[in-house]
Amino acid sequence: MIDTIGMVFIALGLTFDVLGCVGLVRLPDVYNRLQAATKCVTLGTCSILFGTFLITIDTSLATGLKALVAIVFLVLASPVAAHAVSRGAHRAGVKLWEGSVVDQYAEDKEGEE
Amino acid sequence: MKTLRWILGTVALLGIIALIVIMPFRSVFFAANPTHIGFVGRIIYILILSSLMVLFRVMQGPTAADRIVAIDIFGILIVGLCAVLSIATGRSWYIDIGIAWALQSFIGTLALAKYLEGRSFND
Repeated sequence: MIDTIGMVFIALGLTFDVLGCVGLVRLPDVYNRLQAATKCVTLGTCSILFGTFLITIDTSLATGLKALVAIVFLVLASPVAAHAVSRGAHRAGVKLWEGSVVDQYAEDKEGEE
Repeated sequence: MKTLRWILGTVALLGIIALIVIMPFRSVFFAANPTHIGFVGRIIYILILSSLMVLFRVMQGPTAADRIVAIDIFGILIVGLCAVLSIATGRSWYIDIGIAWALQSFIGTLALAKYLEGRSFND
């Protein structure tokens, strides 16, 4: 029973992974790609790790607990990395897609100077 | 031309689905008694497909930021692959590889983002 629940979690995570990668290929500029890919793939991998925790918890405890540690690390680290990359891209002068309607970081930078 | 591309894409997608259904990936498991081998052997195809899409973005990406994002996503996918392999083989050190890969990927992404921003590494 708990194996089945774990497999459902893993299948859900795989769906999120594939959709995030499709977003990484198809969307028009860096910021859109970053948003689609980072959120979807982080959530999907966390779901895969949680499914691993559920499947392996009764055979080997070490694998399950390490999977939980990996979930905590990914949830803490991945948004920081995504924020750093988007800030660096904006400061490096990567243009937004021409259909974008608002760019509040540029307005903030104009206000500072 | 557009019709030809749609037909090629549909044939490739159906081929991948047929491969997943007919032939699970068996040759990567070194364990004596692998568990959940049908499930895990089918999952690996989907993860390889996602990794190929990410590598397409690494090759194609018009700016450097695209490549940095793609490398970050690739690292997170590898963590999922390591977790799935630890289910199949029953060996817990695959998750250790995943945690170490996530750490290195995080630090590398931060360093590359700072380099992209035009600052040096010590401020």
